[in-house]
Amino acid sequence: MILAALMAVTAAAALVTFLVPDEYAGGAAAAFSALPLVGSLLLWAGFDGRGNALVDGEVAFETVSPWLTLGGYEVSWHVGLDGVSLPLVVLTAVLTTLAIVSAWSAIDERRSQFYGLVLFMETTLIGVFVSLDFLLWFVFWEAVLVPMYLLIGVWGGPRRKYAAIKFFVYTNVASLAMFIGFVALVLAAPVQTFDLPTVAAALRNEQISALLGLSPGALRTAAFAVMFVGFAVKVPVVPFHTWLPDAHVEAPSPVSVLLAGVLLKMGTYALLRYNFTMLPETAAALAVPIAAVAVLSVLYGAMLALAQEDLKRIVAYSSVSSMGYVILGLVAYTLYGVGGATFQMVAHGLISGLMFMAVGVIYHSTHTRMVGDMSGMADRMPVTTGILVAGAFGYMGLPLMAGFAGEFFVFVGSFASTTLPFAPVFTATAMFGIVVVAGYLLLAMQRTLFGPFRLDTDYEVQEAPLRDTVPLAVLLLCIVALGVAPDLLFGMIKDAVVPILQGGGL
Amino acid sequence: MLDTPVQVVAGVADGLLPPVVLGVTALTLLVIDTVRPDETSLALLGGVGAAGSLVAFGVAAALLAGGVDPTTVYGGAVMLDGTSLYFTLVFASVTALVSVASYDYLRGQDYAGEFYALVLFSATGMSLMAAANSLATAFVALELTSLPSYALVAFLKQNEGSSEAGLKYFLVGAVSSAVLVFGISLVYAATGALTFGAVAEGLTTADDLVGIVGLGVVMIAGGMAFKTAAVPFHFWAPEAYEGAPAPVSAFLSSASKAAGFALAFRVFVGAFPLDVLVPMGVDWVLIFQVLAVVTMTLGNFAAATQENVKRMLAYSSIGHAGYALIGLAALSADGPNGAVLGASMAHLFVYGFMNTGAFLFVAMVEHWGVGRTFEDYNGLATRAPMASVAMTVFMFSLAGLPPFGGFFSKYALFYAAVDSGFWWLAAVGAVNSALSLFYYSRVVRALWIEEPAVDLSLGRRPVGLYVAVVGAALATLLLLPAFGPVVETAQTVAATLF
Repeated sequence: MILAALMAVTAAAALVTFLVPDEYAGGAAAAFSALPLVGSLLLWAGFDGRGNALVDGEVAFETVSPWLTLGGYEVSWHVGLDGVSLPLVVLTAVLTTLAIVSAWSAIDERRSQFYGLVLFMETTLIGVFVSLDFLLWFVFWEAVLVPMYLLIGVWGGPRRKYAAIKFFVYTNVASLAMFIGFVALVLAAPVQTFDLPTVAAALRNEQISALLGLSPGALRTAAFAVMFVGFAVKVPVVPFHTWLPDAHVEAPSPVSVLLAGVLLKMGTYALLRYNFTMLPETAAALAVPIAAVAVLSVLYGAMLALAQEDLKRIVAYSSVSSMGYVILGLVAYTLYGVGGATFQMVAHGLISGLMFMAVGVIYHSTHTRMVGDMSGMADRMPVTTGILVAGAFGYMGLPLMAGFAGEFFVFVGSFASTTLPFAPVFTATAMFGIVVVAGYLLLAMQRTLFGPFRLDTDYEVQEAPLRDTVPLAVLLLCIVALGVAPDLLFGMIKDAVVPILQGGGL
Repeated sequence: MLDTPVQVVAGVADGLLPPVVLGVTALTLLVIDTVRPDETSLALLGGVGAAGSLVAFGVAAALLAGGVDPTTVYGGAVMLDGTSLYFTLVFASVTALVSVASYDYLRGQDYAGEFYALVLFSATGMSLMAAANSLATAFVALELTSLPSYALVAFLKQNEGSSEAGLKYFLVGAVSSAVLVFGISLVYAATGALTFGAVAEGLTTADDLVGIVGLGVVMIAGGMAFKTAAVPFHFWAPEAYEGAPAPVSAFLSSASKAAGFALAFRVFVGAFPLDVLVPMGVDWVLIFQVLAVVTMTLGNFAAATQENVKRMLAYSSIGHAGYALIGLAALSADGPNGAVLGASMAHLFVYGFMNTGAFLFVAMVEHWGVGRTFEDYNGLATRAPMASVAMTVFMFSLAGLPPFGGFFSKYALFYAAVDSGFWWLAAVGAVNSALSLFYYSRVVRALWIEEPAVDLSLGRRPVGLYVAVVGAALATLLLLPAFGPVVETAQTVAATLF
């Protein structure tokens, strides 16, 4: 019940914010968003789950109530949290509140609609992470698209219409493919329900029959492939990443924060929940191509970032690179690999959120994001640039920051992988990405932040107001906290990952 | 074998009550209009119309919840069962929405009393179509539905588009009625019977008249295709929906279409059982398979090329007729027929709300005098956010996006088709449905993303239209969590038809 209440409160907040007059909308939205934030922190405090929600775990805050029967298949309102989903729910609540505060400066038209949509999106994102029934989950998964489409399309930059529809079409087609793949698996499995733990148990035990002329093995491989592609678009993984730079560049900064911070994690979260939890054998059989795609994403994303002049594009492409590490961790299929990947989802959510927010603050003062248009920003905006530099070092994997912990776990895990052939080669190649990341981030910072002050646009630049810098500082604090004490989350993540790795034919 | 008066009264109490309520409401509206012809209050007329429809809805829902034994009255001419009640729910809810919305639309128009009475008479006819158990009743009920709707389409007498649409609709309708009645006479010639059960029985011994039977079946199918606006009898629909007053377009494209399906389900399942006709070589499922595929594809592609929102909705409604036809196209002699037919009925139920709501939003825009093309809709969300949210819900729900009622109804329909072995029908439907997002999202884009014209101002808020549009949007949203009973009821009552 408590999760339903959390989502109901958030949805009600969205509706009220939508109706509040524009001048009060920002304050109201921030106040309202404190409710799910506090709620999610209370969930964290009261978390008593054990194991993985899909693999016989003790699910925290679980509710099951029958919803409807479709063609003999039961659909239920089944929600709950385990060590994988709880961190992502908390991440969603934290980033939404901070994005709302950071939007006070960035958004100045149709505010009540903007904040209403952000809160509505928070509702659906929480729904994605708590749902334990496929159709329920799919409803939330697709519902996220609607507010995101409008947030980019209405409040975005000059090419916002193109970016919004590209995002919408790409991810929607991907969802359809994934949907068909998973439903085919359910039809072939000896279950009469869309309940994820039940389906997972059947699939992990390989109780699956032939369907439409496909043998069980072929069906598993085909379903794995379409589901992987469906989720890979969301992550995104090279070569399905082309919607991401457009969406990020055109989206207003607070929306970029949520897009990079939470929406990309939907893809990796779903990969973990579906592909790697339910079809471990197939994942192991396809480990080499998946790892190749992961390493390609790491390196190609980093190279693309190196070639960019637009600060936002740099951060956007570096997200592609970072998500590659997550995929590598998942395919390694070791405790530290999968656990590290999950940890990296949270860490990257915080760090990329910080980067997009800081770039947004600089853009708000300078009205340009081009590296060549400015230099010496550190003179005029010492606090903002200071936090940005700290965040960038987090991105590069400076020890005692969350990014270091995440990447370190992933590398430790993938190096020792037994299911992935040539694991050390893949790992070492991927590690090379860190060097490139450090290269482009240092280069960009050196050119824009340091040196004598120069700005090619006619704007007076001074330190950003507190309402812009406080969210940055909060994020930095979270990043450092997770870096110093990764066990704040890593303990429960490991607990939830262990059952995935046991059994399942491996 | 006529019923005694006692039996008739008992029959009314058993299940004929909803159409009776609708008919009495129509007569009441005429009385109100006669008593005070010069100063009829729109609020009174709209209120009575809506209240009557809601009572009919409540009665049908109560009877349905109480469980019904299929019984026939009037010498077997009328069948009282779950299917008739279920469809009455659709007609009554659409009629209620249209009545409320017309409160604003009819302001300043003459003959408001007649308008409401015609709507309610037409709804009465629909309710009878869903209860028809004889080819004669079917024809009479169809005419009772159609004649008022011809007049309603031409209601804006001073408007050339409306008059032209009315005339076209009437001419095509008259021809298709003739075709239908000719088909009925052929079937009567072959079987010597009119009630569905007797026709089915007569067919078992009509082997030597297979040509006449086949021709009759095809002609009856054509008559049904007209009423449901299915290809190739769809030509009237875009003209009529575009020219008619928008509330009437809503009424026709939702309720009237559903009524056509109700009758088609009844006639083909009841009078032309597959296990009798297929061995004779009259496989009418084939007709509907072709019709379904062509209708959904053609409707979708035509909708994608429109510049006028109302016309786009008209073609989209043709596309949806194609989806609903799956209910007949995926039947087989021994398949899970109740599930397929029920899923189609559930889709028509959800469609009743989302499509009516979309046309009523168009009515609201017409009321504001903004214009009719996608471009004219630019930036409406900045002026009327609540109504735009509602329209967004309708568009995404019609496209079958998951967070709305239209997702489950399409999913249930396609799943049922797959389960019956017609996976290719489901595939065509799914591809069409995915493509349809293109033109539905154009409306959303115009409303929210495009800049409004500089001088865009909307004036007064039409209360009735707002209530109807927001109500339909809420229903479309609530049909997602509440889809279970809707589809389960539909599949239960559909299973009793076989």
